Amino acid sequence: MPLIQAFFAIVRRDLLLAFRRRAEMANPLFFFVLVVTLFPLAVGAQPNLLRAMAPGVIWVSALLAALLSLDGLFRSDFEDGSLEQLLLSPHPLSVLVLGKVFAHWLVTGLPLLLVAPLLALFMGLPEQAMPTLWLSLILATPLLSLIGAIGVALTVGLRRGGMILSLLVLPLYVPVLIFASGAVDRAAGGLPTGAQINILAAMLLLALVLTPLPTAAALKMSVN
Amino acid sequence: MEHSSSAMLEVAGLSCSRDDRLLFSGLSFGLRPGQVLLLEGSNGSGKTTLLRILCGFREADGGEIFWAGRRIAESRYFADMAYVGHADGTKKELTVLENLRFALALGHPGQYSIDLALQKVRLSGYDDSPVQSLSAGQKRRLSLARLLVTHSILWILDEPFTSLDKQGIELIETLMDEHAKNGGMVILTSHHDLTFPHLGLQRIHLDSCP
Amino acid sequence: MSFIPAPISRFFHRTASPPHFYTLADKLLPWLTVLFLLLLIPGLYGGLVMAPADYQQGDSYRIIYIHVPAAWMSLFIYVLMAVMGGIALVWRMKLAEVMLISSAPIGAGFTLVALVTGSLWGKPMWGTWWVWDARLTSELILLFLYLGVTSLYGAIEDKRSAARAVSILALVGVVNIPIIHYSVEWWNTLHQGPTVSKMDKPSIHISMLIPLLLMAGAFKVYYAIAVLQAAKLELIKREPSAQWVKNLLEQNA
Repeated sequence: MPLIQAFFAIVRRDLLLAFRRRAEMANPLFFFVLVVTLFPLAVGAQPNLLRAMAPGVIWVSALLAALLSLDGLFRSDFEDGSLEQLLLSPHPLSVLVLGKVFAHWLVTGLPLLLVAPLLALFMGLPEQAMPTLWLSLILATPLLSLIGAIGVALTVGLRRGGMILSLLVLPLYVPVLIFASGAVDRAAGGLPTGAQINILAAMLLLALVLTPLPTAAALKMSVN
Repeated sequence: MEHSSSAMLEVAGLSCSRDDRLLFSGLSFGLRPGQVLLLEGSNGSGKTTLLRILCGFREADGGEIFWAGRRIAESRYFADMAYVGHADGTKKELTVLENLRFALALGHPGQYSIDLALQKVRLSGYDDSPVQSLSAGQKRRLSLARLLVTHSILWILDEPFTSLDKQGIELIETLMDEHAKNGGMVILTSHHDLTFPHLGLQRIHLDSCP
Repeated sequence: MSFIPAPISRFFHRTASPPHFYTLADKLLPWLTVLFLLLLIPGLYGGLVMAPADYQQGDSYRIIYIHVPAAWMSLFIYVLMAVMGGIALVWRMKLAEVMLISSAPIGAGFTLVALVTGSLWGKPMWGTWWVWDARLTSELILLFLYLGVTSLYGAIEDKRSAARAVSILALVGVVNIPIIHYSVEWWNTLHQGPTVSKMDKPSIHISMLIPLLLMAGAFKVYYAIAVLQAAKLELIKREPSAQWVKNLLEQNA
């Protein structure tokens, strides 16, 4: 299947690019850890308060880290003309876009899973909440990339798109934030989290199907 | 230029305005296999805009474009055309070979293998050099190699001679000549005066439009 | 599009042509203004004078005659914008783009009114100006969605591209509004349940309901007036050198 070949060619190319620019790719990860570190400094090192805030703090930081990393999704392709070549490919753009988002998630979303235990430790999150934190990160970080891709595609042609990007994307992140941090919060309290996890999974499936279409349309608009 | 029904690419009554300024209107032409079309006109006359409309990046305000008798959106047009614009469309962190392999994966294989195409554009031996180590002219030639490795009948070239030396210009002219002789078509813009002694060159002046 | 009969599509294209729309809007505006006043005056009188005071909230509940219609309008206009966006993307109708853009600031205005009145209402009710209750929070996020539309449109220089961009954004937003709404609802269910939309057993007294519906009607007509004015201006701004604009200027000169 040429389409599947094209999909994996994009994933492979973007992973290779990320590897060649690996210094840049670690930045969102450092940012994530740094933002979480700021909270104890700002509100004081009170274990009870920090424990209560932990799910929210971790998830808001994950959201901001995702937002920060989004800019690289289409920027370099837009600037060096690769995006035009993608548009001219006989394959459906939405599938190619999905390949790009998938590679982007592998590079920026997945590493968040690795540092999550460290942050949970910083914030005093109970151990029993760790599996839920991981699960929510696995389900919700791809959602952040998929939804964010629409915003990036809309603003990639702008010289100063960063501020507008956050204005466009953060409101759309609200449901993800609510259910993901809600799940972790409940798990920390020893409550069942099935409903939140299921909703996150449903949103992920929905986003996988729906978001590549507006992203592709927005990219066509931006290349104009 | 003559308007014939045997044209592969047919542009009918195309009009476009930008920022409330009319660039061209009622623009019609046809292109048959083996023809090379040079768009001429001063800066801001809409040459690049016309090319971008032909690539489907931009929408015309009016008119239609047909490929083999069908509207381009409903035809094999995008599988049959290739575009080299101001930006090279190559990744500077990847090697020459990686870039061409990626281009090949996105399109359909053309008449030349990657090795042969690199030979044609005089880049053999650079397979494993990262693109950022190439000179501007070499980058340009690399983006031309992309035209050779992928299947394309219609080439759309925006200022292909920029940053090329005399030999590079000759190289492109030879490539276009060969492409046309094999039944291909080329649409290009250029500031350079083309010396095409051996090729019937069609010209369109965009300034003549109101 | 082939699934729409030719006469209907011709009618829409004729109505949607800028000069035709412009004169139509000019003809409609006085009538709409009359209708607006006919709805607004009895609505205000009924709501502020005739309707009885609430047995719990006293007179302070009367702010619902502004708050509730404004909140309805904020949602209604966003949905309308998404419909316009869909039309603009599928049929490339310029008028739909213009209507979308002209609607955004008006919708943002209604959202702001709903937020401010909600906050004013909250002071006597809850004792603070702001409570993170589900509906106010949803309304706040809706305001951000509106601001996203207006600032994206402002940031893209080529206005045709900008119109396409906000069309896409409005469609994405409208899919997300129910998800945001229910997630916020789930997050916090403090507020009193929906009072009016329960058609089978309205929990609001009829003497309060009638002025409320009159006000809702008045707000809708006000929106129509505002959007027509804004669309007229936007049309001229978009095609300043078009022949019909020149004719118009000569007529008025």
